[in-house]
Amino acid sequence: MQLELSEEDRAFREEMRDFFTTKVPEEIRDAVKDGQELSKEQIVASQQALNAAGLAVPHWPEQYGGRGWSDLRRHLWNEEMQRAFVPAPLAFNTSMIGPVLAQFGSEELKERFMAPTANLDVWWSQGFSEPDAGSDLASLRTTAVRDGDDWIVNGQKTWTTLGQYGDWIFTLVRTNPDVKKQAGISMLLIDMTSPGLEVRPIELIDGGHEVNEVWFSDVRVPGANLVGEVDGGWTIAKFLLGNERVGVAPVAATKRNLALAKDRYAERVAADPLLAARVAELENELLALELTALRVVAHSEGGEPHPASSVLKLKGTELQQAVSELAVDLAGPASLASGADDGSALPGFARRATPTYLNLRKASIYGGSNEVQRQIISKTILGL
Amino acid sequence: MDFTYDDEQVALRDAVRGLVGKTYSDHEHRRQTVNDEPGFDEKQWARMAEMGILGLPFAEADGGVGAGPVEIGIVAQEMGRVIAPEPFLTCVVLAGGLVSAAGSAEQREEILGAVAEGERVLALAHDEPGRGWVSTASAVTAAEQGGTWTLEGVKEPVVQGARADTLVVTAALPDGGTGLFLVDGDAADLRRDSYRTYDGGRAAKVTFSGTAATPLGEVADREATVATILDVGRITAANEALGSMETALRLTTDYLKSRKQFGVTLNTFQALTFRAADMYVSLELASSMVQWATMVLMSGDAEAASDAARRTALQVSRAARHVGQEAIQLHGGIGVTAEYAVGNHVARLTALDHLLGDGTHHLGGLVSRIGDHEGVDPLR
Ligand SMILES: Cc1cc2nc3c(=O)[nH]c(=O)nc-3n(C[C@H](O)[C@H](O)[C@H](O)COP(=O)(O)OP(=O)(O)OC[C@H]3O[C@@H](n4cnc5c(N)ncnc54)[C@H](O)[C@@H]3O)c2cc1C
Repeated sequence: MQLELSEEDRAFREEMRDFFTTKVPEEIRDAVKDGQELSKEQIVASQQALNAAGLAVPHWPEQYGGRGWSDLRRHLWNEEMQRAFVPAPLAFNTSMIGPVLAQFGSEELKERFMAPTANLDVWWSQGFSEPDAGSDLASLRTTAVRDGDDWIVNGQKTWTTLGQYGDWIFTLVRTNPDVKKQAGISMLLIDMTSPGLEVRPIELIDGGHEVNEVWFSDVRVPGANLVGEVDGGWTIAKFLLGNERVGVAPVAATKRNLALAKDRYAERVAADPLLAARVAELENELLALELTALRVVAHSEGGEPHPASSVLKLKGTELQQAVSELAVDLAGPASLASGADDGSALPGFARRATPTYLNLRKASIYGGSNEVQRQIISKTILGL
Repeated sequence: MDFTYDDEQVALRDAVRGLVGKTYSDHEHRRQTVNDEPGFDEKQWARMAEMGILGLPFAEADGGVGAGPVEIGIVAQEMGRVIAPEPFLTCVVLAGGLVSAAGSAEQREEILGAVAEGERVLALAHDEPGRGWVSTASAVTAAEQGGTWTLEGVKEPVVQGARADTLVVTAALPDGGTGLFLVDGDAADLRRDSYRTYDGGRAAKVTFSGTAATPLGEVADREATVATILDVGRITAANEALGSMETALRLTTDYLKSRKQFGVTLNTFQALTFRAADMYVSLELASSMVQWATMVLMSGDAEAASDAARRTALQVSRAARHVGQEAIQLHGGIGVTAEYAVGNHVARLTALDHLLGDGTHHLGGLVSRIGDHEGVDPLR
């Protein structure tokens, strides 16, 4: 057992720290620090800055821009990025469809999409969930029916995050209604400018418009846009959802938000032992979570994933939510001023505390809800 | 960075597991052992000595093995796994640790050699009535006359205080500060009233009435040394608790799979499997923290170790209560019976939680220094 990073890994971390704090535009990082919603341009600019330096998709196969790093280095990369308030590369592109295409896509799809996906020249949306298919994703009903070489798609997707910016959407569609529900699903890539495709915004409780409904009425999709085999979509979905859960425990971002809250309200925290105790408990739990993440990455070197990795999403989102809740409590009455503009006498972080808290209720729902995580732990780890 | 044991450590773990596991995996045997005086198995103690376990932390020159915190943690975890009642933590780690840190060369060789051989049991007489978890002494006072020292006052509870051949005693010095003394178990004017503790152990009220005592090393204020050894003890106790929690969870999942009610096994009920999943979460987080603290101890930095001990004690305290309470609840009535292991694990976890400072106590310590840091960074 040994706690210290090797000299090389330490140098690697320094290099990451240096890059993230100097090469990503400061106004973007300040916006993240302030809890502001980022524009599409800011997200693209940030990812392109990373990609230019080979830091947007380090976990991809090397021929597509991956770096062949150890899991530990990927962890350090991710942590330093969050610490520096750099927006994470768009997960739909880099964690979801990119690895899927690399693994299951035809040569033609790889040729066409890998590079623009890494550089966020193509903005991907995820079209999996439907009104009646959430946790039970395999019960989805959107259909794709053959018409010559093409597919004709009909149905409705929902919860499509940032679909308003989407150029393309990767979807799960039912291609065979006559078999066991998991066996009749395929993955199709659909151009969001296709005739018959409509994106409708859903307003969330924080007042924002980050999710959408996507409707398909006789949308024609070329047969070449099928990923993998016909009816083989469920295997791909499981592969993708497995990646989705990795890195969803934003330990460094949560830590840094807690440190910001502690600093911004230092006097109140110092004066109120109950608040101070909440801060100290959260700091401690975050430490335990961070160490768990380190145990997982230090262990998974090439082998089976560490069983404790299931803990990361579950506990990570709980702590993320708890820190946002503390921030609202610290803001107190100022938290009501969410609608005030910069003419307000109240600081921006206090005004944005509640929208952030309300928005983050999603964290324990999406990406496999925390109940689904408990199900995974109890079934596959504990054998119950 | 590496959280895994090397080959020798794995071999040690397997050997200790073989020894203590063999003796106590039959819970009925543990129950009989703690029912008889002195609450542990003297033969088992001798076997542990033979295997070299009792001399692990002591320097080779003192008759020990010179092993590090990881090895000590391994022993503690294996003892916790079967809640072995032998006083490894209090005798070897705490009392032995103080002799090792403060004793003269002759004292170390004489006492630690005998501890390692299993021939001498030590107890740490430090807790005093009416005081919480501190590293100073006040109710027992030391006085000197003509070059001989005597002690006055009461220590309670002293784990294995009646069985111990030698007591390592903290006492207030005439000029202030906390000194360390050795008192022979047979000393005149020493009274030891023994009783059972809820985890099956034994503790005593120890009364000193002008009792002769030998200074451990030079007479000096040893508060810092006491504090450091208590921190080592906290991290060792956390290792022991980890082993016990692992067993409590395993017993619970085994039980959920086998116990039938309403015509089906209990694991059919999702409400129960989810609670088991949450126990697993608590256990894994505690495990990460315990392994980390054990490694921090290796660094030899007393201040870092103190912080790590505090943080780990908090995490383990919360986890032990969560895992322990749920383990009993998910077992139903059998969980609170003495014949069945799981309730005894909870009793032991409760004892470990209260021996050297519980979660709330350590949280208080963290709160008082909350302004000193921006965030907590395990990778410096
Ligand atoms: C903000 C946001 C963004 C999203 N973005 C996208 C996106 O971009 N693309 C996309 O495809 N999807 C997206 N999702 C959808 C997300 O994946 C689903 O919301 C999620 O899978 C849960 O499904 P549901 O909302 O239908 O809840 P349901 O599945 O109906 O569940 C309701 C409640 O019951 C619990 N539950 C369900 N089944 C069980 C069970 N077997 N045992 C115990 N409890 C259970 C759930 O945990 C939940 O608490 C997003 C969701 C949100 C909130």
